[in-house]
Order: sequence, then C-alpha cells, then structure tokens
Amino acid sequence: MDNHSNSSEITFHHEFDREAGRKEVVKVTVILSVITLIELALGFWLISLEGDFFRLLVKGVICVLMLAKAFYIVAYFMHLKHEIRAMIMTIVVPLLLFIWFIVAFLYDGNSYKNLKNTYDPYHYEQSQIKVEKTEHAPAHGAEEHKDAKKEGTME
Amino acid sequence: MAQAVPAEQKWWSGGKSPFNVEYGKLMMWYFLMSDAFTFGAFLISYGTIRFSSNSWPDPNEVFQSFPGLGSGLPLMFVSLMTFILIISSVTMVLAVQAGHAMDKKGVVRNLVLTIIGGIAFLSCQAWEWTHMFHEGAWWGSNPFLNIDGTKASTNFTNFFFTITGFHGFHVFSGVIINIIMLIMTLNNVFEQRGHYLMIEKAGLYWHFVDLVWVFVFTVFYLV
Repeated sequence: MDNHSNSSEITFHHEFDREAGRKEVVKVTVILSVITLIELALGFWLISLEGDFFRLLVKGVICVLMLAKAFYIVAYFMHLKHEIRAMIMTIVVPLLLFIWFIVAFLYDGNSYKNLKNTYDPYHYEQSQIKVEKTEHAPAHGAEEHKDAKKEGTME
Repeated sequence: MAQAVPAEQKWWSGGKSPFNVEYGKLMMWYFLMSDAFTFGAFLISYGTIRFSSNSWPDPNEVFQSFPGLGSGLPLMFVSLMTFILIISSVTMVLAVQAGHAMDKKGVVRNLVLTIIGGIAFLSCQAWEWTHMFHEGAWWGSNPFLNIDGTKASTNFTNFFFTITGFHGFHVFSGVIINIIMLIMTLNNVFEQRGHYLMIEKAGLYWHFVDLVWVFVFTVFYLV
C-alpha cells in the first residue's frame, strides 16, 4: 500500500503490515512492563538492603534496565529501528555526547564533595550533625500523618 | 530494516531525501534531540549536586503516600504513574498504526485513550505536588531529612519540582497537541490530505515524553 504518496521526499516506502505492527506493539509493551516490574522489585529490595557495595550494584542494575527501556521506546515506539541507517546515525551519534557528559560531571561532583570534606572541616562537621526527626507540618488529613510516623520509619 | 532499498542506491546525488523521511518528521526528531539535551542537562546537574553532597533524602521516605490509602507505601503511587504513561504510549502507537491504515475510527479511539492517559498522569502529578506542598516541600523549602538523619539542603526539592515540573509541562503540551490532532481527525483534515503523517509526528513527541519519564522515574524515585 502506498502510504506516502503526498510526500515527495520519500523514495522508498515502508512495507506496512498492520497485523505485524500490532504484534510488535504487544511484544514491546510486555517487555517494557516486565522491565518496569523488575525495576520496582529492585527498588523495594533497596529499601532494606544493607551494605554500600550491594546498594551501588543494585542501583547500577536499575540504570542498565532504564537504558534498556529507553532503547525499546526509541527503537520500536518511535520507530527509529525501521529508518534507514543514515537517519539512525544522525540521531544516535550526537547523543553519544551524553557518555562524556555523565562521566565528567558525576566525577566532578564527587571530587567537589571530597575537596570540601578535606579542606573545609566546618562544612564536614555541619553535615554530620544528626537532627531530631520532626513530623512534617500536618495540613490536610492530620491523622494520616500520625500513621505515617508510626509505620513510615524505614531508615 | 523494513525498507526495500537497493544496494546501489545513491542517496547523496540530489533529488531525494538521504534520510528517506519527510521534512516535518526529520525536524521533529531534531527538536526532540535538542529537548533531550535540555532534559539531560537538568538531570546531570541534579546528579552532580547529588554526588557532591555528603547525604541525600531517601526517596522511599519522601514518596510514600497514596491517595485514599495514607502513608507508608513507598513506590506505589509512582508505579501507577509510570504504568499510566507506558499504556498511553502504547495507545499512541496504535493510533499511528491506525493512521497508516487510513482507519479513521481507530485513530480517534486511540487518540482519545492517549489523551485520557495524559490527563490521568497530570492529575496524579497534581496530587503529588499538592501533597508534598502541604508537607512543607516547595522550591526553597525542604522538610525531609537526609537518609543518615542529618539536615538536608533545599537542593532535593528544588531539583524535584523543577525537573518534574518541566516534564509535566511537556506532558501538558503533549495532551494539547493530541487534542488538536483529534479535532483535525474528526474534521477529516487527514482524510482529505490522503495521509495521517501528522499523527506520527505528534506520536514522536508523546513517546519522547514517556522516554524522559523513564529517566526521571529512575533517578528521583528508585535510586
């Protein structure tokens, strides 16, 4: 079927098969839902998980799953996987800047933290003072917040 | 790849689009790329500040309420919001596919479902913002303690309201765009034009909003 007859830029048409398209949507929906459920399970696990290394590991796994979800949305829902190679490259290659962006800036933030803690003892002391936990100002549904005080402590 | 392109095809000798997409769709992609960098800059500044802090509030303590069910339910409400957005993305793809098949009824039905999903998401966000505001959280005000029991700065709430607000504004404009698409479909604009390619461009924007939420959801609520 010629879907793009009014668009002169298109020289080669997508073969469009509605049934196959529907199947692909169902498949991707299931994948996205399952990944989200795994993420949430890991999130619940994180609440009670002890140990810095394991917490970091689980957070890393969650970030990998996040990237997998992003891939499925862009590739299938936004249809980028079915475009021609030159089109895919013009979108994906500039986004590679994010790799540098993330690594450099997170490293920078971490370095700033260490520098402050090393050379500004006052800052470090202030950030170690524990505060007595006070309940948030009850505005609507005060009893709801009283319940929160009882059940909602989960550090 | 789903396109039958001969191997010796000369893309760059003029007369045809080397990307084989219509102008509007290509421009939508470029706009979304610039938008991706805007959101990326927001999220990375959030990451930088979080990495430079000795401690940070615990999302499971901040986001633990559900309307009608009270508190002590971490992750529950945001799961609902996430699934609403995923499902509305699915109905958007179905609308685009119905458009390819020139199925006006299918386009209308799926666009209506997408708009409902978008409004549902915005309502959830409005509830969450209101709830947090009543707890004393706003730009420049943070009632939550850090996870280690120390006093938190206002960085957490500033970033939370700025970034979810910017995303919510995108959802809002997406809903408006989809409503316009719905009106145009009902007025037979695309039927007369002979194609529903405009729905595809609106769809790209809507999926992008869903894509951004994947990142916002992860960095604010999960980790």
